[in-house]
Amino acid sequence: MADLRNNFVGVRSPNPFWLASAPPTDKAYNVIRAFEAGWGGVVWKTLGLDPHVVNVSSRYGAVQWNGQRIAGLNNIELITDRPLKVNLDEIRQVKRDWPDRAMIVSLMVPCDEQSWKTILPMVEDTGCDAVELNFGCPHGMSERGMGSAVGQVPEYVEQVARWVKQHSRLPCIVKLTPNITDIRHSARAAYRGGADAVSLINTINSIVSVDLDLMAPTPTVDGKGTHGGYCGPAVKPIAMNMVAEIARDPETPNLPISAIGGIGTWRDAAEFMALGAGNVQVCTAAMHYGFRIVDDMIAGLANWMDQKGYRTLEDFRGLAVPNVTDWKYLNLNYDIKARIDQDKCIKCGLCHIACEDTAHQAILKEKDGKRHFEVVDSECVGCNLCMHVCPVDNCITMQRVDNGSYANWTTHPNNPARVKETA
Amino acid sequence: MDRKDHADIASGRLSAQQLAQNFDDVAPPLDRQNALIAAQRCYYCYDAPCIQACPTGIDIPSFIRRITTDNLRGAAQDILGANVLGGMCARVCPTEILCEGSCVRNTGESEPVQIGALQRYATDWVFDSNTALFERAAATGKRVAVVGAGPAGLSCAHALARAGHDVVIFDAKPRPGGLNEYGIAEYKVLDFAAREIDWLLSLGGIRWEGARTLGDDLHLSELRRDYDAVFLGLGLTGVNALGIEGEALAGVRNAVDFIADLRQCPDLSKLPVGRRVVVIGGGNTAIDAAVQSKKLGAESVTLVYRRGSASMSATWAEQEFAKTQGVSVIEWAQPRRILGDGAVAGIEFEYTQLDDSGRLLGSGDYFTLAADSVLKAIGQTLIAPRANGDGSAVIEIRNGRIAVNAEFETSVRGVWAGGDCVGGKVDLTVQSVEDGKRAARAMHARLSGNGTAEN
Ligand SMILES: Cc1cc2nc3c(=O)[nH]c(=O)nc-3n(C[C@H](O)[C@H](O)[C@H](O)COP(=O)(O)OP(=O)(O)OC[C@H]3O[C@@H](n4cnc5c(N)ncnc54)[C@H](O)[C@@H]3O)c2cc1C
Ligand SMILES: Cc1cc2nc3c(=O)[nH]c(=O)nc-3n(C[C@H](O)[C@H](O)[C@H](O)COP(=O)(O)O)c2cc1C
Ligand code: SF4
Repeated sequence: MADLRNNFVGVRSPNPFWLASAPPTDKAYNVIRAFEAGWGGVVWKTLGLDPHVVNVSSRYGAVQWNGQRIAGLNNIELITDRPLKVNLDEIRQVKRDWPDRAMIVSLMVPCDEQSWKTILPMVEDTGCDAVELNFGCPHGMSERGMGSAVGQVPEYVEQVARWVKQHSRLPCIVKLTPNITDIRHSARAAYRGGADAVSLINTINSIVSVDLDLMAPTPTVDGKGTHGGYCGPAVKPIAMNMVAEIARDPETPNLPISAIGGIGTWRDAAEFMALGAGNVQVCTAAMHYGFRIVDDMIAGLANWMDQKGYRTLEDFRGLAVPNVTDWKYLNLNYDIKARIDQDKCIKCGLCHIACEDTAHQAILKEKDGKRHFEVVDSECVGCNLCMHVCPVDNCITMQRVDNGSYANWTTHPNNPARVKETA
Repeated sequence: MDRKDHADIASGRLSAQQLAQNFDDVAPPLDRQNALIAAQRCYYCYDAPCIQACPTGIDIPSFIRRITTDNLRGAAQDILGANVLGGMCARVCPTEILCEGSCVRNTGESEPVQIGALQRYATDWVFDSNTALFERAAATGKRVAVVGAGPAGLSCAHALARAGHDVVIFDAKPRPGGLNEYGIAEYKVLDFAAREIDWLLSLGGIRWEGARTLGDDLHLSELRRDYDAVFLGLGLTGVNALGIEGEALAGVRNAVDFIADLRQCPDLSKLPVGRRVVVIGGGNTAIDAAVQSKKLGAESVTLVYRRGSASMSATWAEQEFAKTQGVSVIEWAQPRRILGDGAVAGIEFEYTQLDDSGRLLGSGDYFTLAADSVLKAIGQTLIAPRANGDGSAVIEIRNGRIAVNAEFETSVRGVWAGGDCVGGKVDLTVQSVEDGKRAARAMHARLSGNGTAEN
């Protein structure tokens, strides 16, 4: 039976599923319910120094896609809007009552040493397991010189990480903002500052929709809107790339990563962990369906691990990292052709029109005067587009037709910068 | 059989409330949320099979996609541009043998996209708000007479009026619509037929003249003299007789007459229906007469057809529907004698079978069903002499229907025809609309002094 126990920078939890710092971890009431449901840990909703912030009414916007309600969610919430002491007291009590669960406290205070020196001992006193530095919040807080305003400047990230390591013995996780051009710079800064780990991604700057009657972005607050933070299923691919980039960056060797962004199933989690993440954090999926989703995450991950013969999380963590490479090393001799299973084909014609209009004119739509879809191998470049547009599972598959040889761009004759083969 | 002076045919078998429930919309409209769910099941097929299967060639994937983007006006334009009675068709088309029957979703899931229901969703608002979607072209000064205000005539008239011609529609009945108004089952259309026609006529350029009968007070020679072109959409207004003993007994009726009475009846609790009803036939008319008898409160309704269900012109879905409504179906039996003294008391049937060459034969086995009402639905026919009335020019009739060429012109130059009276493919509303549309195209080409039908 698979062992899901997780040890992330010394913080133990019964499974690798944590709730990300957000409304689900806003107060004792929610966190207790989450623990009862089986979550392995929580990152408490970000704390700040008093006086606490205030929030607006109307906070979320959502992207609907083909009837799916929350393909992406955007929010204009700030950090906790409750007094510091209330939060600290609750954290202390919950950690005492649930000693086997991970209790991480997320922090965001002004970018000066004194502020960090003030808050860290108070947090440590709760008995929590680690702190997470919220350098990611893209709205509201950044305008006050916090959140992503800090996260976007590597020098600040490094500086704050260093202060935190100086003034606290707690493990320090730096939460990165994706609102930058190259995530590796922030990760390297955290690494240099002595952070124990990074977590990513926080939300992405976004406007999810425009109300064409109000002529204002949503969520609309009394006629006006502002950019918010985007999260949920739509951001997962972006988050995965950022996690992979850090995992394979030689300048941040073995830097532990807590992955966040669009995770809602065990499979999402397994994918992030295959890309090197030590554990995962979830926000939107819990907000969409409630805490009970962790049930299938636990059972699904365990069943998959049993099936694959992985006993512990470490057995498969990072296995995909060596296979993430640069384009120039991909095998240019690899050749695949689309195959249409005529028994499965329902004759919708989507493969034909996709290839005809936008790919390589490689799918015929007729045979003997009848509606029939067939690939012309000589035209097919193996782009996979038809396979993706086909609505029937496994109807279009890609078949390898090359002879197994290898050659890449670095030596290709068309590459002006090619490595010259020795004569 | 006991002697009876009158059959047990009476009104008020059910409460007004029960009747209202029975005759309510059989397929209630989709709301936006359900329409979106249904629309999202459409794969937006390329060169979609459903388009081919629609006699009027509505671009179905296009209108469904427009629904998903809340472009309902665009969706309605797609539909009504190809089929001006798209609202009626959304309610009455046997989609299981047309668009939905060819949906690629049937292959994997046996569950087609609900095209009919979506078509209704996309068009209902047009009629509810009486929104104009079409404009007339500049007036041509040409005048066209359309005889018959059924789907074929209305479709033809609308297309010609759009093209700028002035159209007059004549019909023997006091109200326009043809079988939309007098024939289709009440629970499929409710008050829709009249609303649809109001919308259609609001285009302008179409004058309605009811209670004018070709062959009585209207003659082809006059029409040809007074108009630049003539279209006949006469439908099939004759009814086949059984030709057996007892057909004249009280309580024996044509199903179409019963249905027409029902459709025109403002208060169904006043409409008489038999206690034990026997319907003879296997088409739409038979099914609708049987189902509506049951809905009016008949104690038992038995539909008897002389062949097997596969030969019925009513689709399997309609047959299934009748059964769920409590109609009993007896196959392979033909009526031999209607029994009764003064009024019908029963009907004697003989079982049938096919011989080796596929001919229908009586088996020699008989049975009798008690009946208070017998509704005959064994087919409608063209009343040809009406069309040919004054003998000024003789329209060729072939196989009991008006003969037309590929452009729907009859043997008399300048006179076109379409719909059931022509009977090219199937006797359906949607086919009649298409006939009228195509004829209009050919007529417009002729009126524009352009020999070909292409426009
Ligand atoms: C009971 C019943 C139920 C049906 N249900 C369905 C259904 O659910 N779905 C479906 O697709 N189809 C159905 N049909 C078939 C469909 O109604 C017809 O195919 C369609 O109405 C034919 O249209 P049309 O314009 O050719 O003729 P009609 O609708 O019959 O209209 C012909 C018009 O011409 C007029 N007319 C005839 N002779 C003259 C004359 N000499 N002078 C002046 N006016 C004249 C008539 O009064 C009538 O108004 C049903 C038919 C019946 C009888
Ligand atoms: C309403 C809302 C409030 C959030 N507040 C915080 C916060 O206070 N601190 C923080 O670090 N991240 C915050 N986040 C970001 C989440 O912790 C998480 O990084 C992000 O939502 C991506 O994960 P997901 O796709 O699972 O939602 C918030 C997200 C949401 C939706
Ligand atoms: S793989 Fe690409 S090129 Fe080949 S048939 Fe499919 S769409 Fe066309």
